Amino acid sequence: MRKSLGAVLLGAALALAGCAGEGGTSPPPAGSSASTVTGNVTVFAAASLTESFTQIGRDFEAANPGSKVTFSFLGSSALATQINQGAPADVFASAAPANMTTVTGAGNADGTPTTFARNQLVIAVPKGNPKAISGLADLTKPGVKVALCAEQVPCGAAARKALDAASVKLTPVTLETDVKAALSKVKLGEVDAALVYRTDTKAASSDVDGVEFPESAGAINDYPIVVLKDAPHKVAAKAFVEYVLSAKGKAVLTQAGFQAP
Amino acid sequence: MTRRARGRVPVVLLLPAVLGLAFLVLPLVGLLVRTPWSTLPQRLAAPGVLAALRLSLLCASLATLLCIVLGVPLAWLLARIDFPGRRLVRALVTVPLVLPPVVGGVALLLVLGRRGLIGSWLDSTFGVTLPFTTAGVVVAEAFVAMPFLVIAVEGALRGVDTRYEEAAATLGASRWTAFRRVTLPLVAPGVAAGAVLCWARALGEFGATITFAGNYPGRTQTMPLAVYLALEQDLDAAIVLSLILLVVSVAILASLRDRWISAP
Repeated sequence: MRKSLGAVLLGAALALAGCAGEGGTSPPPAGSSASTVTGNVTVFAAASLTESFTQIGRDFEAANPGSKVTFSFLGSSALATQINQGAPADVFASAAPANMTTVTGAGNADGTPTTFARNQLVIAVPKGNPKAISGLADLTKPGVKVALCAEQVPCGAAARKALDAASVKLTPVTLETDVKAALSKVKLGEVDAALVYRTDTKAASSDVDGVEFPESAGAINDYPIVVLKDAPHKVAAKAFVEYVLSAKGKAVLTQAGFQAP
Repeated sequence: MTRRARGRVPVVLLLPAVLGLAFLVLPLVGLLVRTPWSTLPQRLAAPGVLAALRLSLLCASLATLLCIVLGVPLAWLLARIDFPGRRLVRALVTVPLVLPPVVGGVALLLVLGRRGLIGSWLDSTFGVTLPFTTAGVVVAEAFVAMPFLVIAVEGALRGVDTRYEEAAATLGASRWTAFRRVTLPLVAPGVAAGAVLCWARALGEFGATITFAGNYPGRTQTMPLAVYLALEQDLDAAIVLSLILLVVSVAILASLRDRWISAP
């Protein structure tokens, strides 16, 4: 695992160094001789991207010495609000097109967003599935406490869609503000199940199991990414988005459990 | 007359004072400026707003009550009894002040949660679980707000002349009687001031509440949580909710202040 990550990292570094050598996409402001991207990129990314984007950020930094990627992981809707209120972000990666529309609609995006990944809901249960949950219907059993995301955030909207599709009427004990908060309630043992993304259960596989259910196919989330209009570091921001869309970025996302768009 | 006797207000004090006031008040002005006054009535009548407000007032009041019942004796202990480790205990009491509320919420889960040190026992013995209940909101708010009360009351107790208590003792009053009949009436203004601070802090509590009690409309969704969620989608709704919380809390605090605190 570690070895393969290292290989990916090294490969990425070599590839990008070679690429930038001939392409010269970005003239570095501080006169370093290597023509790789430098500067800080601030990325506002959906909470569900925490693990994969942290990895991609590290790879990007390794490939571009002198660059630094800073992340703010939060519910997509909170991020969209912050961006529209003038937060100094360079890149926005949302867990749903609706929250991206909030930003593009306000004229705060530079160009059109690109879908870079898709994600699907699963039922997160404590390791070993003590309540023997096998589908959405089991969530309504008496004594089963369920955490959902609030409908304002993408995972909550997707959960609502899936529950409606399955005609399951469910009263959760809590509506969390982002998917990681819902997942942590399962990890802490405070709830018996939560509807989260497949990638979240993969990232927390030592504490939770993911139970797949057929209705999630009708509630797949597209993840769009875009460079922001007022990005303070536009060149580096564009390079980062390109990196996410590259084969190297895709490999990390796929390994995390995302589907290709 | 008095002004001349005391001299002019020094600019080095006046200038930062005015700046400080502006710093505190301007954000409120911002809130008022951005308030969508035309749609205000509809937004006030939106479902969930009243429920959240009622829940906020109820939980903050219950939390304050809990803090008074537990916090006044604790303050008395710290002020009057010289026991080993008192300074450490006093420092521990203020821990919730410096602890980020979210961390406080996690800590509460680890102790009072379904798998927590005490929570698992509560669950297996009484079938009681605190997280995701209104009682859980009260617990989270009390945890964060109690230091305000303890500090205020301890300060008041230290300011009281202990000779009154000693006189009561020489007249045969037990320590409990002296506390009830002499000390408590003397520090009543301090208790009231502490309770108001405590209530205000509990009313605005967000981090520990959402972490420990979760967020569900009508049960654990207090106004600060409703504001946060509204902010995710609808800035105007969030502003209206903030304004309501602000107006209600200022009105209550102002009326309490006249009645309890400034009255000697």
